[in-house]
Amino acid sequence: MSGDAPPEPRQVAIIGSGPAGLTAAIYCARANLTPVVFEGEPSSTSDQPGGQLMLTTDVENYPGFPGGIMGPELMVAFRAQAARFGAEIRTEKVSRVDFTERPFRLWVGEDPGGEPASSAHAVIVSTGAQSLMLGLEAEDRLIGRGLSTCATCDGFFFGGQEIAVVGGGDSAMEEALFLTKFATKVTVIHRRDQLRASKIMQDRAFASDRIEFLWNHIVADVLGTESVEGVRVRHTETGTERTLPLAGLFIAIGHRPNTDLFRGSLAMKSNGYLITEPGSTRTNVPGVFACGDVQDDVYRQAVTAAGSGCMAAIDAERWLEAQHDAKHR
Amino acid sequence: MAAITTLSSASFDETVGAAMKPVLVDFWAEWCGPCKMIAPILDELAGEHGESITFAKLNVDDSPDIARRHGVMSIPTLIVFKGGEAATRIVGAKSKAALLEDLAEFL
Repeated sequence: MSGDAPPEPRQVAIIGSGPAGLTAAIYCARANLTPVVFEGEPSSTSDQPGGQLMLTTDVENYPGFPGGIMGPELMVAFRAQAARFGAEIRTEKVSRVDFTERPFRLWVGEDPGGEPASSAHAVIVSTGAQSLMLGLEAEDRLIGRGLSTCATCDGFFFGGQEIAVVGGGDSAMEEALFLTKFATKVTVIHRRDQLRASKIMQDRAFASDRIEFLWNHIVADVLGTESVEGVRVRHTETGTERTLPLAGLFIAIGHRPNTDLFRGSLAMKSNGYLITEPGSTRTNVPGVFACGDVQDDVYRQAVTAAGSGCMAAIDAERWLEAQHDAKHR
Repeated sequence: MAAITTLSSASFDETVGAAMKPVLVDFWAEWCGPCKMIAPILDELAGEHGESITFAKLNVDDSPDIARRHGVMSIPTLIVFKGGEAATRIVGAKSKAALLEDLAEFL
């Protein structure tokens, strides 16, 4: 597909297509910055076009939808709105970046040698975060065979069975509540003695007669060869282990930012989240901006991601104007 | 070119068991986001490689019996059947390049 001469640099390239990236795309496109969005590639994790909302069902806290909206439906609308104003959306995953000189360069694909897929005067990073796994050897063997990170994808297969959810946050409660539609009993396994989920989600989970809580326990191992047959849980204080027979285990223990791509290129905290200048989306590299969950380990909401995507677009636009003015003064 | 065959519980065994070519079955459902994302990729693959592989899909809502029989507990799951036997199983949505790699032995 690559032409002979390298294409003209873009004004703005956006990496990632969740609420942050697509909001940035809408604002950039409307500012005639003709953005290109590298939306990523299909996967069954949240590291996919549309981001984490693609793996949710009802989104009840995004303003403007009093009756709620399905996560994937919301992201289809975001994408259509960006495309309507001329954002070019490429279903490719950026595999290498060079932020050491301008224009910045981006590569895609497994073997990111050769010509870059795009170059741009400004880059907006909005690669989001993805679900953490337990880090057990059994995960590779049993994923898709009773072990899941996506209740909305896989809950259906556990009709009439007993399953568990690991985690204590909003995602874990949402998954547990959703799974009660299918499973006869859902055990929430949490390493602490209280949840960190929001009050409304806690209340709903406590009100369900199909959800039970196993406090102060971690999952030590997942059992089963062909499919999940149970989990071995360990008490966090006493170290006592026991086995729970289960047909399925859903993992919702939090997220890690998708920043491997930027190691060595952008400043990040020890937990991997990108560092932005307070009150802005500026990274340590002038001309590279970050928005959404990739730089937010505090709020992590669709609406805050969208808000910071707007900020990134405006920051990028002003930065590009300042560059232009400096050159033509 | 080649279209994707829609299977049902009634037609599954006949289509998969009697086929000369390998049959790829996409276990999917309406409510599955990742399934929708790979549907256009499978359409493309069916067009490009329909001569080597028969592409088919099965709605797990309509045919839970077949899904259960083949141990499908996560969708999308793609199973390639050869002579009626499951030869390869691909769980989860993937890019076209990754799918082509997984299917290389059948192309």
